[in-house]
Amino acid sequence: MSKKELLSKIGLRLDGRRAHELRRIRCKLGVFTEPDGSAYMEQGLTKVLAAVYGPHQVRGSKSKAHHDNCLINCQFSMAVFSTTDRKKRPRGDRKSTELSMHLQQALESVIKTELYPWSQIDVYVEVLHADGGIYPTCVNAATLALIDAGIPIKEYVCACTASLANNDVPMVDISHQEEVMGGPTLTIAALPMSGKIVLMEMSQRFHLDHLDKVMNKALQGCKDIRQILDAAVRLHVRDIGSATGWALTSYNE
Amino acid sequence: MSQKFHIRLASQRVNTNIAENRRYPKIFTPGETITQQHEFMRGHGTYEDNGELKSSVAGVREQVNNLISVKPLKSRYNGEVGDIVVGRITEVQQKRWKVDTNARLDSILLLSSVNLPGGELRRRSVEDEHMMRQYLQEDDLISAEVQSVHSDGTLSLHTRSLRYGKLGQGVLLKVFPSLIKRSKTHFHNLPVGASVILGNNGFIWICPVINNSEDSVGGFVQNLEEVVPLQERETIGRIRNCIKALAMCKMMLYDTSILYAYEESLKYSIAELLVPEAMIDVAILTQHRLSIIEV
Repeated sequence: MSKKELLSKIGLRLDGRRAHELRRIRCKLGVFTEPDGSAYMEQGLTKVLAAVYGPHQVRGSKSKAHHDNCLINCQFSMAVFSTTDRKKRPRGDRKSTELSMHLQQALESVIKTELYPWSQIDVYVEVLHADGGIYPTCVNAATLALIDAGIPIKEYVCACTASLANNDVPMVDISHQEEVMGGPTLTIAALPMSGKIVLMEMSQRFHLDHLDKVMNKALQGCKDIRQILDAAVRLHVRDIGSATGWALTSYNE
Repeated sequence: MSQKFHIRLASQRVNTNIAENRRYPKIFTPGETITQQHEFMRGHGTYEDNGELKSSVAGVREQVNNLISVKPLKSRYNGEVGDIVVGRITEVQQKRWKVDTNARLDSILLLSSVNLPGGELRRRSVEDEHMMRQYLQEDDLISAEVQSVHSDGTLSLHTRSLRYGKLGQGVLLKVFPSLIKRSKTHFHNLPVGASVILGNNGFIWICPVINNSEDSVGGFVQNLEEVVPLQERETIGRIRNCIKALAMCKMMLYDTSILYAYEESLKYSIAELLVPEAMIDVAILTQHRLSIIEV
């Protein structure tokens, strides 16, 4: 009998979840006052802060500005204390640069950039605690921050991971422990409402026959996450609206 | 001198939500279908997809005849003609200044739309262009009115009234633009002894009371020599902290709410007003008083 299995015989994972269950998600919008939009996101033990500045005038070289759409600038960084061994550089290494680019691609697919000519939107994401699924949590946090900033987006962009346990059963939302123990991890960033995939990445290979079910699992995870985010956004809008007495709107109580 | 420090854990954060549980309108979130009918026009915050009208921001639906728009509760400043703004000069260019007004692009203040010293009908010469930096420099603060909005969203400002111009001694405070209530006047001389300019763009300027007779020169006079008495400075500080408290609880800012908050805050010292509990207390008392006069 193997010492450690990703999925036990009775269908429980190492942290007691079932194969289709997400980790606990907690999120909050508007955590800062200085940026135009901000959000805090927690998926299991992975904790991420996101801040959005803009749209504003392009700073630095003017040649980067476009007359028909806005520039999206993403910066991904990991706090030095976020992993078990202390990181030397919080940003600027290869992994961070790659994640910044992937984040930018995911956000560019949803932001209605054509509305803001000559402008720039800055998205800063900081991982406070890394426990698997860093990229998905960052995408979800950035989405919330964009919504908080009032920037028009086509729909939510959500991301989720999935893996294959015991070479057969797909499971969703992989934690760090499960990542380390092996098993291929599939990361998907998707538009859950239209079902479009904007980013897909695999850490290892597995047999093509399994791809469909693992991908569907991850997509289902994205859809579940969207519902949780949507509920948080509604609650946030309701709270702010009631505090201002809906003065900005034509709504009368 | 001993000072009291307030250091707290993140887990002891105070809930700033003071809203009463009341009815609320239907809230739309990005990607949600507003209507499938075709006769409606698409306004701000919406887009068309497969013949359906969908929301692109999180907010409340507004309808004017056939035009449907969704308004987010928080966004950058969207300028409208006639708005009063407070801004900071970021650049001096040929014949114009660039002003940061918290809009999504820098605003423009043309040399021809300011009142230069020496009368309104003065011709603007080449010397004036050379003198521009002497009138307004980078990082100077001004109050101005929005003259026009360009197609790409840039705002043109003007200061052709004695009320507008360079700002002298005072305190600038930034809040979210949506918290400023639109009213007939945004220049307020509060009876407690301070003047407040509530810029529509969310920049608030608090300064000692302006005497109109003395300040009739308008424009570019900035008296930094004059010493503002301690009492006035304390008033200004208290008003600033009161506005911060109201803004933290997301309450609308206008002369009455600020004045009420000021009166309610008198039981605290100015420094104490920065403690979250005190801020919420002031905001709740203000909200209570406002709700009484509403009825």
